[in-house]
Amino acid sequence: MSLRTGVRSLAWVAACALLANAWAAEIPLGERRSGYDLMSRETRAMQDEDATNPGMLWVLDGEALWNRKAGAAERACADCHGDARASMKGVAASYPAFDSSRARPVSLEQRINLCRTGRQKAAPLAYESKELLALSAYVARQSRGLPISILIDARSKPFLEAGREAFHRRQGQLNLACAQCHDDNWGKRLAGSVIPQAHPTGYPLYRLEWQGLGSLQRRLRNCLTGIRAQVPDFGAAELVDLELFLMWRARGMKIETPAVRP
Amino acid sequence: MARAVVTLPAQAKRGEIIEIKTLAAHPMETGFRRTQLGELIPRDIIRRFTCTYNGTEVYRVDLHPAMSANPLIAFTTVATESGALSFQWVGDNGYTVTEIASIRVE
Repeated sequence: MSLRTGVRSLAWVAACALLANAWAAEIPLGERRSGYDLMSRETRAMQDEDATNPGMLWVLDGEALWNRKAGAAERACADCHGDARASMKGVAASYPAFDSSRARPVSLEQRINLCRTGRQKAAPLAYESKELLALSAYVARQSRGLPISILIDARSKPFLEAGREAFHRRQGQLNLACAQCHDDNWGKRLAGSVIPQAHPTGYPLYRLEWQGLGSLQRRLRNCLTGIRAQVPDFGAAELVDLELFLMWRARGMKIETPAVRP
Repeated sequence: MARAVVTLPAQAKRGEIIEIKTLAAHPMETGFRRTQLGELIPRDIIRRFTCTYNGTEVYRVDLHPAMSANPLIAFTTVATESGALSFQWVGDNGYTVTEIASIRVE
């Protein structure tokens, strides 16, 4: 090999590496878009107005549950936290958050159940149960319009990195990573549906496909089933880590709960 | 926790066309789906929605399978006089929900 062709092939390898890097790059902060922007006008209108947003049915149920006494302690959420409109403002925008007792980040749903078992002395609510969805929707509704602000410090950093690693790891029988669709190919179509950037701005949200409200973990499990990967249980550490990474990735974007998606 | 949400203007001018939006929490199970064991899931839908304005029926809908869960029904009527609008959803398995809203007409 002459020196000249050697340099040329080196340049070629470098160019390929650059290109590969460009494909795997994260979406620049300024170019992030909520799934809302990719929806039809009709679905956006449905979300915009409380009168037509079916997620509000859960929010109203959540308000009733917030004020209902539960458990052996005979206490309601409101007995400690008072008016959710003031006390829960911005709370959902900072979850998953680090919990010292568990020594790891917990999701909003887990936080609600920690309160139930610890303070109310009540049985934890099942994941995706009407009650847990209603309470988390009611709490998250109080953050609507506020920017997502996840606190990352020395304690939570390893979990963020675990989530980032999961997002970029190829898995399942289709051997796909989350990033391959949601970083590299957002805006294109997968079958009939537009691929969004996967910013969890509106959870729990009403999916027309589900004909009901569902949590972010339900959505993550759907995607994992789609790529034929092993699906962790609700509340599993790897799902919470992924949730943490996705919320950090969407930092500064506004909460839309309860959002509507196709 | 069955509930319905009704949204309409609190006041209107006489003769004005007002828009009324209603949402009812309901699974609208079609009766055509089966469980993983092959058993038919029985039909459970809202059959009829009516709106009466001071006792006069102004709007009625018959609902059928293949309508979405938590149906959103939006319609218009003419504001004729102050009073109460009554909304009623009636369905399978004894499902009945009634909501009443008042309007002031000037």
